[in-house]
Amino acid sequence: MTTDQRARSISVHLILIAYSLLAVGPILLVVMNSFKVRSAIFGSPLAPPDASTFSLVGYEKVFRSSHILLYYSNSLVVTLVSMALVLLFGAMAAWALSEYRFRGSTALALFLSIGIMVPIRLGSVEILNMMRSAGLNDTLTALVLVYVAQGLPMSIFILSEFIQQIPKDLRDAARCDGVPETRIFFEVVAPLLRPAIATVAVFTIVPIWNDLWFPLILTSSDSTHTVTLGVQQFLGQYITDWNSVLAALSMAILPVVMIYVILSRQLIAGLTSGAVK
Amino acid sequence: MPRAKLAGLLLFFLGPAVTIYVLFSIYPLVATMALSTYTSDPSGARSFVGLANFETLLGDALWSKPFWNAFGNNLIFFAVHMCVQNPIGIALAGLLSLPGVRLKGFYRTVMFLPTMLSVVIVGFSWNLILSPLWGVAAGALKAVGLGSLFAPWLGLESSALVTLSLISVWQFVGIPMMLIYAALLNIPEELIDAARVDGLGQFRIFFHIKLPLVLPTISLVSVLTFVANFNAFDLIYSVKGALAGPNFATDILGTFFYRTFFGNQLQLGNPTMGAAVATVMFFIILLGLCLYLFLVQRRIRRYAF
Repeated sequence: MTTDQRARSISVHLILIAYSLLAVGPILLVVMNSFKVRSAIFGSPLAPPDASTFSLVGYEKVFRSSHILLYYSNSLVVTLVSMALVLLFGAMAAWALSEYRFRGSTALALFLSIGIMVPIRLGSVEILNMMRSAGLNDTLTALVLVYVAQGLPMSIFILSEFIQQIPKDLRDAARCDGVPETRIFFEVVAPLLRPAIATVAVFTIVPIWNDLWFPLILTSSDSTHTVTLGVQQFLGQYITDWNSVLAALSMAILPVVMIYVILSRQLIAGLTSGAVK
Repeated sequence: MPRAKLAGLLLFFLGPAVTIYVLFSIYPLVATMALSTYTSDPSGARSFVGLANFETLLGDALWSKPFWNAFGNNLIFFAVHMCVQNPIGIALAGLLSLPGVRLKGFYRTVMFLPTMLSVVIVGFSWNLILSPLWGVAAGALKAVGLGSLFAPWLGLESSALVTLSLISVWQFVGIPMMLIYAALLNIPEELIDAARVDGLGQFRIFFHIKLPLVLPTISLVSVLTFVANFNAFDLIYSVKGALAGPNFATDILGTFFYRTFFGNQLQLGNPTMGAAVATVMFFIILLGLCLYLFLVQRRIRRYAF
């Protein structure tokens, strides 16, 4: 490597490191200070907690004055059930659209893909009316139904691409043996979709877990709040209590970061393999 | 395959997805648009008024002033994303795709992290960092000798909107970065090698060869940014509340829609006017998508090969 090349390589790394710091700095700052006593949060915000400044008082307050664990379990239930349904119904629809020839299949595929671009949020007025008249408002079921409708278009789109790549011989061989179509799908095709399913799962989970809009309009009682809504309301209420605000923020950040670290390889593979175009 | 059997299979495989999608996505959209042509009196009875709600929204000063204010703010919000988020995304993707850069995976993971977080969390975290109370931002500026530049940016009418836009840029820069990075990786190796043999440096290879080839991805990123921006709500709501202060300086269509629909301290909720606002937002997004499909997408196909 010539000195010129080395100088360039160093400057590239300097820029990348600087931007990385800008990206995680604010998050680290919040999490770090959530473990400190109030005087240290204000006195030396950039210092990590040490023996004299470490404190969990913020977390104690969050646990005492909000139903944070309940919010977590609500978010978990809504996200997991929605994701499972998006994957199951999405894969089934993608299979039918790419495998069977029927009149209107292209039109149906186009109709289903409208939802990729047009935000379902714009139908909120009528969604709320429907949920009210069905007696579903203020239930987790209402959230699941909306999120499944929201996630299906993208999931059908990505899964169709993958199904088309599965060799034809496989299903034709099964058909010759007289295996019924439903078994071909569930026992031959579905297991082959595993890598695609991981990609769809990541794309489905993140917007659902992070959504504020639908919990805000569809759930009114404390017992149906999700983490995002619960923390939002908690933060609004305790805005001057910095220990609790920082603790509540950290509690909302940490699980997402953990999921991200576990799934990041899958997510990046999905993004860079051209699954989303 | 016999017709009856095919029909049965289609019903089984497509039925659940199509039913849920139509019931909770398409039908509410269409019904909301239909509702925008009605008005309701205090007893809740509805009567058809045609396009009167839209006349009120665009003509009555009480409605049109906040509407155009929100629309203009939304344009600024979008412009900041286009001018800051996308160039930074392109630059980061360009640096990451240079040959022989180590730790690519690490940088990518770290830089994409903010995108995974809830906008609510991001908004509040920056609210604390920029607050004059805590002094982290003021202290950091002082440390590099720019202390006099600090101002409570989020609280000032003149700078609140741009500050919020930049916070959103900070969060979502990972998306253009990833998509453009993927497109850069898909450029055939021979093309780059040929340019290198011809004596072009990395800089010129990037601007003259790589960048033109990833233009389709850049325009896709732009339309994704457009849809997301004109549908944005969470960040403004969580940092500034439904009133999008100071003095509506950060009001965008999403918060305007929420206030109209649900009401707030200043006004009662109005579902039919809310439906009208949602319908206008729908047509704005549709217009953007059509412009993209007819102007950009078509031209790209023609020049692609």
